[in-house]
Amino acid sequence: MVVLDVHLNLEERLAAYFNCEAAVLYSYGFSTSASAVPAYAKSGDIIYADECINFALQRGLQASRSRIVYFQHNDPEDLHRLLKEQAIVDAKDPKRANATRKFLVVEGVYFNTGEVCALPQLVVLRRQYKLRLFLDESVSFGTLGPHSRGITDHFNIPMTEVDLLMSSLELGAGGTGGFCVGTSFVVEHQRLSGLGYCFSASLPPMLAAASIKVVDILEEEGASLVEQLQDRSTQMHRALTSLHTKVNITGAELSPIKHIRLSESSGDRQCDEAVLTQVVHKAEEYGVAVTVASYLYDREANAPQPSIRITVHKNLTDAQIDTTRDALTHAFTDVLG
Amino acid sequence: MVAHTEVSPQVSPEKILTVGECSETRGSESVSSKGPDVLCEQNEIVSHKNSNHVAIAGSSTVPHPKKKSYKEEDCSLFVAFFTFLSYGVLLLVGYIKEFFVPVTTKEKDREEVELCSPFTNFTIYLSYGVLFFVGYVKEFFYPPSTKEKNREGYVPLYIGFESFYTRNVYRRIQDCWNRAICSVPGAEIDLMERYTPDYGWTIKHTGKTIRCINVGSYNYLGFAENKGPCHDAAEEVTREVGITTSSPRWELGTMEIHRKLESLVAEFLGVEDAITFGMGFATNVLNLPSLLGPGCLVLSDEFNHASLILGLRLSGATVKVFQHNNPEDLEKKLREAIVYGHSRTRRPWKKAVIVVEGIYSMEGSICDLPNLVRIKNKYKAYLYVDEAHSIGALGSHGGGVVDYYGVDPKEVDIHMGTFTKSFGAAGGYIAGSKDLINHLRVTSHAQVYASSMSPPVAQQIITSMVIIMGKDGSTEGRRRIQQLSRNVKYFRQRLRQMGFIVYGHDDSPVVPMLLYLIPKISMFVRELTKRGVAGVGVGFPATKITGGRMRFCLSAAHTKEMLDKILKEVDEVGYLTSSHYSREPKSQEPIEW
Repeated sequence: MVVLDVHLNLEERLAAYFNCEAAVLYSYGFSTSASAVPAYAKSGDIIYADECINFALQRGLQASRSRIVYFQHNDPEDLHRLLKEQAIVDAKDPKRANATRKFLVVEGVYFNTGEVCALPQLVVLRRQYKLRLFLDESVSFGTLGPHSRGITDHFNIPMTEVDLLMSSLELGAGGTGGFCVGTSFVVEHQRLSGLGYCFSASLPPMLAAASIKVVDILEEEGASLVEQLQDRSTQMHRALTSLHTKVNITGAELSPIKHIRLSESSGDRQCDEAVLTQVVHKAEEYGVAVTVASYLYDREANAPQPSIRITVHKNLTDAQIDTTRDALTHAFTDVLG
Repeated sequence: MVAHTEVSPQVSPEKILTVGECSETRGSESVSSKGPDVLCEQNEIVSHKNSNHVAIAGSSTVPHPKKKSYKEEDCSLFVAFFTFLSYGVLLLVGYIKEFFVPVTTKEKDREEVELCSPFTNFTIYLSYGVLFFVGYVKEFFYPPSTKEKNREGYVPLYIGFESFYTRNVYRRIQDCWNRAICSVPGAEIDLMERYTPDYGWTIKHTGKTIRCINVGSYNYLGFAENKGPCHDAAEEVTREVGITTSSPRWELGTMEIHRKLESLVAEFLGVEDAITFGMGFATNVLNLPSLLGPGCLVLSDEFNHASLILGLRLSGATVKVFQHNNPEDLEKKLREAIVYGHSRTRRPWKKAVIVVEGIYSMEGSICDLPNLVRIKNKYKAYLYVDEAHSIGALGSHGGGVVDYYGVDPKEVDIHMGTFTKSFGAAGGYIAGSKDLINHLRVTSHAQVYASSMSPPVAQQIITSMVIIMGKDGSTEGRRRIQQLSRNVKYFRQRLRQMGFIVYGHDDSPVVPMLLYLIPKISMFVRELTKRGVAGVGVGFPATKITGGRMRFCLSAAHTKEMLDKILKEVDEVGYLTSSHYSREPKSQEPIEW
């Protein structure tokens, strides 16, 4: 993959932004997570992953051929139980245990549920059981943390606790592509063994230059941008909490992504999705554009319940939030009664 | 082991009794006179012995051991060194033997592929052997100092041969790879000058740039420009709609420009419909799983790209590999697979797909499309052609390998290609019948989860495609296609005439020139850069270990003068490195452009 000076520049800036040694730039957000994990995890290793990780990470896990163990969503206790079980197995065969790498794959803010990851407890477990932590911050890049450095900033955890931080530039950063940051020991390996890096063309220079500007803006005004966004997210969350008796909203108050789900599922995913699609069409008539979160249910490892995904914009006024709430309430009442 | 139930009285007892380990010598008195009873007795003994043997054999096999999934363990470096040394010794002995007693039967060369001499093969393994030996000795006295910080007690992240190779072979010549540029990758390019103060462990930039003729970028039709109609149109679109949609196609991520692009691509290829994606690599990886699944048969060419291999692996289909560009081997394997069905269940396959590429980027060969279409029709299989390199670069209208052979586009079931090479943009497409594209619009992973193509990139493709098709009213497209074709023929013929081994078809703009040894690749790259030509060297693991090569990518932006300069410098460096390997007779006629 040929690199331009623009790419080198962007990589340096991203590494400096996260206070890390090195960064690697990918030309597509999906390929970032899908290529980064299989570069390190091979057959014979164990990966502990949250059951609600996004599809790109799931493809990466599948491509790595390791043994995948899912733990319950955002539940460090469940992960602890699984690790204790594995420790008992390891004690019987220490030679094999010494050749098996263990990874922990989580997201900063989960794209499929809007929950914020319980990172402090996971870091404790990581130290105790010697796992390698791979963190996907596609949603939390630039949207969390008092200095807008993501979830490690939010919980005040040093970057040395995270082995590899992956993120897409396509969500909050308004660009194209993705990146991984970490120590050079870890990150430089991807230049030879990340499939989406070696066997692919690099990012168009204009899009890379745009992302450098985004990093500039985040460094200058990131703190205030995050504050504004979190304020709007909290407002939106409170407005949507009491939409209708038959729906509930998931996601942390601070998170810019929220999901509205039916409280009682009919049992058939397609049926639920059809109902939500009707709601979306109705909401359009009332002047609000929302979308049903799209999934390929037969391909997901743990298919989530159908939902309407709400994304918050930092410039939403109170009036617009109220319009959203009213439009959705009407739409739900029209469809569900 | 002989198991007899009935023995003919004519057979002598010794024959019956010498059964594997249980040979028992009977006295030479003829047993046949004793009649059938004795023979039966003998049979019993034989069968008893047999069954004993079987029983012994049976008892020695313990009931099936529990299936353990073993982690593949890498051998030690010492063993790796001796592996290469053993190859070196065997080849040396073979060479000496064949020097004194030449071989009379010649191996049938495959088309356009000239093989190197056994001595060259020996030197390849010797060079690797020496590198590994030096690396092994060095690491024995000075164990690798690159240690991970803050991770004491963790299982090492990289173990085994891969990192040894990176530290001891790749590191020494690292300055030939991942070179940064700071200009448009057109006919000429600015390389950022680098130096390494510590033999490749770290690389620094001097701040200066080297202007070179660019034969390393996939710029087949010369659309990598920062001036002109494409550039202006892309700028306008950026001002209008921005640079990203921030969403996948399913979730409010489809713009007018995407629809326009897709109908233009369908028109360009002569098919019913097309669908586009933001990244070429992802096009294969995310769409093959939605087209194929377990129970499907795939015949894949030996040298298919990593994206195809990964996509096929993720799909779960059964993949059989056939020899590169060899329709006879393909037909044989396809016939066998269809006749025998699935290897475990013996059920018929749900579907059979042949996956090939238009131009293979490492070999420079063009696939034999008419033969493939014939085989596909005969066995009712589907044909998937990845035209990443051939679209725009082959064919009188730039329509790729389908246009080149004049095959009806409807004969190829799934056309796939990328916009990175001939269109100066990024992204990929899949085209074919309306049914196929409708299916992909609903089931493709990229439509659901990956973000859609950036608008200015889409506009760049639209403008360049309109130019190639001639729809803008000018003859610019035609000129570029013809320029590329002339450049390719001239360059390849001159290179062969000089005495280098060049792989691939005469019309392919990818020109791999074999150098075989890794040190020659690095020297070639460095010397050519000093002389103002920027080329790309390729070695293991992108190619076979005995297949190190320089790869030249020609472009419509190159003029005859540039080609002459490149050829002159390549010839000079070829003499410096003794890379004129070809032993075939050459014609001395001058070649015209």
